[in-house]
Amino acid sequence: MTPAQTEVSRPRDTSEDPRDGTPVISVRRLWKVFGPKADEVPGSEELCGLTRRELMDRTGCTAAVRDVNFEVSPGEVFVVMGLSGSGKSTLVRCLTRLIEPTAGEIVFEGEDIRDADARRLRELRRSKFSMVFQHFGLLPHRKVVDNVAFGLEIRGMSKAERMKRAMETVELVGLAGYENSYPDQLSGGMQQRVGLARALAGDPDVLFFDEPFSALDPLIRRDMQSEVIRLHHEVGKTMVFITHDLSEALKLGDRILIMRDGKMVQCGTGDELVGAPADDYVRDFVKDVPRGDVLTLRWIMRPAEPDDALDGPELGPDVVVREATRAVLAAEKPVKVVENGKLLGIVGDEEILSVVAGQEGGA
Amino acid sequence: MAAVADATVPVATIRRKVSRPMVVAAILVVWLVLFAALRGRQTLTLAAADLTALHRWLNDVNDSIGANRNSNPLFLYFFNEIRLVIDNLVTFVQSLISQPADGRPVPQIGWLGVVGVTGYVSWAVGNWRVALLAVAGFTFFGLQGLWQESMDTLALTLSAVLVALLIGIPLGVWAGLSDRVNRIMTPFLDFMQTMPTFVYLAPLTLIFLIGGASAVITTVIYAAPPAIRITAHAIRSVPETTVEAADSLGATRMQQLVKVLLPMSKRTVVMGVNQTIMAALAMVTIAALIDAPGLGKTVMQALTSLDVGTAFNAGLAIVVMAIVLDRVTTAAAARTEARRTDGWFLKWRRPLLGAGGVAAAVLVYLSHTYVWAAEFPGDGTVGSHLASGADTATTWMQDHLFGLTNALRDALTNGLLNPFQTLLTDSPWWLVGAVLVALGAVLGGWRAGVTAAVCVGLLVGTGLWSDSMTTLASTAVATVLTMLAGVVFGVWMGRSALVDGLLRPTLDAAQVMPPFVYLVPFLALFGATRFTAIIAGVVYAAPVAIKIIADGVRNVPESTVEAATSAGCNTWQIITKVQLPMARGALTLATNQGLIYVLSMVVLGGLVGAGALGYDVVAGFSQGELYGKGLAAGLAIVLLGVMFDRITQAAARRTRA
Repeated sequence: MTPAQTEVSRPRDTSEDPRDGTPVISVRRLWKVFGPKADEVPGSEELCGLTRRELMDRTGCTAAVRDVNFEVSPGEVFVVMGLSGSGKSTLVRCLTRLIEPTAGEIVFEGEDIRDADARRLRELRRSKFSMVFQHFGLLPHRKVVDNVAFGLEIRGMSKAERMKRAMETVELVGLAGYENSYPDQLSGGMQQRVGLARALAGDPDVLFFDEPFSALDPLIRRDMQSEVIRLHHEVGKTMVFITHDLSEALKLGDRILIMRDGKMVQCGTGDELVGAPADDYVRDFVKDVPRGDVLTLRWIMRPAEPDDALDGPELGPDVVVREATRAVLAAEKPVKVVENGKLLGIVGDEEILSVVAGQEGGA
Repeated sequence: MAAVADATVPVATIRRKVSRPMVVAAILVVWLVLFAALRGRQTLTLAAADLTALHRWLNDVNDSIGANRNSNPLFLYFFNEIRLVIDNLVTFVQSLISQPADGRPVPQIGWLGVVGVTGYVSWAVGNWRVALLAVAGFTFFGLQGLWQESMDTLALTLSAVLVALLIGIPLGVWAGLSDRVNRIMTPFLDFMQTMPTFVYLAPLTLIFLIGGASAVITTVIYAAPPAIRITAHAIRSVPETTVEAADSLGATRMQQLVKVLLPMSKRTVVMGVNQTIMAALAMVTIAALIDAPGLGKTVMQALTSLDVGTAFNAGLAIVVMAIVLDRVTTAAAARTEARRTDGWFLKWRRPLLGAGGVAAAVLVYLSHTYVWAAEFPGDGTVGSHLASGADTATTWMQDHLFGLTNALRDALTNGLLNPFQTLLTDSPWWLVGAVLVALGAVLGGWRAGVTAAVCVGLLVGTGLWSDSMTTLASTAVATVLTMLAGVVFGVWMGRSALVDGLLRPTLDAAQVMPPFVYLVPFLALFGATRFTAIIAGVVYAAPVAIKIIADGVRNVPESTVEAATSAGCNTWQIITKVQLPMARGALTLATNQGLIYVLSMVVLGGLVGAGALGYDVVAGFSQGELYGKGLAAGLAIVLLGVMFDRITQAAARRTRA
């Protein structure tokens, strides 16, 4: 197997240029402040400059989300990552106004959600967004199929129609045969499948996930991550995914936004975070990531020197290092990194080994 | 700066820990010294027939309200209307099951119909076992010769429960949905539940007169708070994620309520209905004091004439009714949970329910039409047997256990109660007041101290200082005994699952009994004295205290006990050095609940010769010229209750912190 122009395991087309096409969601200068004088904080230059602790001491307010900006493209899986208390769950709730934002814009398909009145907001929630919750939020007194159909019932869909749709979704998430069980008869992973099915049943444009797998066992978590990847391939929904788990973020996310104390620290693809961390916080975060699994040749290639032999094999710049290792090491000559027929640089044994063997090697 | 604060905190706590018991001891020593010096001066005693200006003024208020009842617009268009509506409801329910109606010599539905409907309803909402229990229990009333009295009690209870739920559940939902409403309502509910059942009666008779209607109104006021509280709690305990999930799917507020909140809180609300029914039954029996018909009246008349046999017979009927109502509603709560596992039975349930309904309707028709099904056959010989049996047993006990019971009574009365009561009543009022305020401040902080000061001031103002101190002495002694029982049994239950399994059902059953019935057996044993009321209070309050302490001991982390065992502690050391100190919060809470329960029983003891405030209230109902004094005594009970509650609650908060 000669990995010439190997495709990356996951389509990266959206990540390569997130700005092509209009974004589904664009968030600008979003603030959420809890506390007595919440409204004053985002407008005041002085208060904005304070750290979270200072703000608490000065005003008694907590800024959960501070001046966050990002855009999500259609079909993208956008991950927001941060430790507990970083404001990520508040952020995702602000996007659908389950928590009312303090300031900023949330433009969804050209419409600022903050301007929507209660009725319009309800319409949007019924047809455009759905959310999957960490603790599932299922109704214990309803069967699985009735839980899945709940959103449709609220919209006023007829019973026959919503049951049909709910059954389709139950099958889609692999719960066929359990439709007449009650939630408490299912395992955690299966309960979250119900949550997923409930979110999918309404055929929304965007799915929001609030740490959906944090409450699950590691093995089940891995299954569910694969399930989300599968569903993303099948239904192609735009997804905004909240997690505190970096490996989950790297596995699922086309792009990742890292938050700390309510602020965004860095936003980019997984290899950008690992290859060019914005500060020590991110560097510390990605320290233990197996770099070879994330970095692509683009990050480790060096410019061709005049004395380099330029007749080795060719690879694309977005090939992950791990997948290129065997080819590079097997080749007699350095591998050329070529994009659209243009030589970007070369990768030799040394570059590969510094990543694969010396995980701690200076970035 | 942070470092300085860190350094000072432990020093301060150590100093406080060492000093608090010492300060309390110092206060008590100063009190004893001053008592010796100032004994008998400024004690504010008031003879039984004497009145103060306040009491006379309250009498005048009563008279003027009586005179203007039909002219004052507030009464004409508000209070009288309420009374009228409730009166119609009560009369209607009574005409159905207990009182002759429409020129008939018997109620619309006779005993056969009532038993049939009771059995059917119990089966429909619960299961066949509680249905059998209900049928047996109701038949027993007839055999006791107390059919009509039982039905009166049932009619009042049902009317009150109906009204209480109509008010309580919507209010509870509202308090569950709105934080602001909840914040406003909570202190009121706290206050209403702190008060002994007794004290609601007096002020309400001022407005609603005496009789069945006011009994129901009082009962509604007493029984609605649990319904409000539990419904609000149920709505609030629906997991936030579930509410959020429904929101995120675009549910309206109405959909949220009807499809998510109410279905998910149903089981807890049914438990609230159970609490409401039990509270209503307790209150309806006590409302006999304001001339409510029913079993309570029979018990009370028998108690005041010291007729133990009759009191026992009717008290037993109250117990049976409490058990039936409790079991049926508990089964109903369990059923809302187990509903879906029935399987084949589910398919047959509907037709069976239909058939049962028809059968019940036939029984109702029979009992409406034929005398044999309307009037309970027989002459209540079982009741007379029971009464005479109880009398015989009482006589036997008084003859044979005389030495034992008297010795116990005299030991406690002379050894504990009398000295303490003398200390309280013979000290100058300002000295006792100062001690109470100081203890409140030391144990519960300055806020509790201020509350105690206000309560002491108002107690003096009621003109019943001496009576209040007598009641306080009985309450304190009974609380000490309650806590002794609580610690012994609570620790035992907390340490042994076996003991817990054996005792808990008994304690649960004891808690559903109306307080009234506890007086009967102790009256038989100890005669009409303060001591009877104290023992009845201990028995009434002990289950609560035992359960709280047992839970506190049980909640001590297993690993801590294990660590102590591995360090070589013996059982006694584990109890005294680990489990009890760590259950300190539970101990204070148990004291708080114990005090409140004991207080409500000690005042009820006024019926059986305990005197003091309880007697003042009872006398106020029966003698017009003492009405104002009775009202003031009710107020004094409230003040004592508030003072106990605030101090112990504040102390509990402190020990927890």
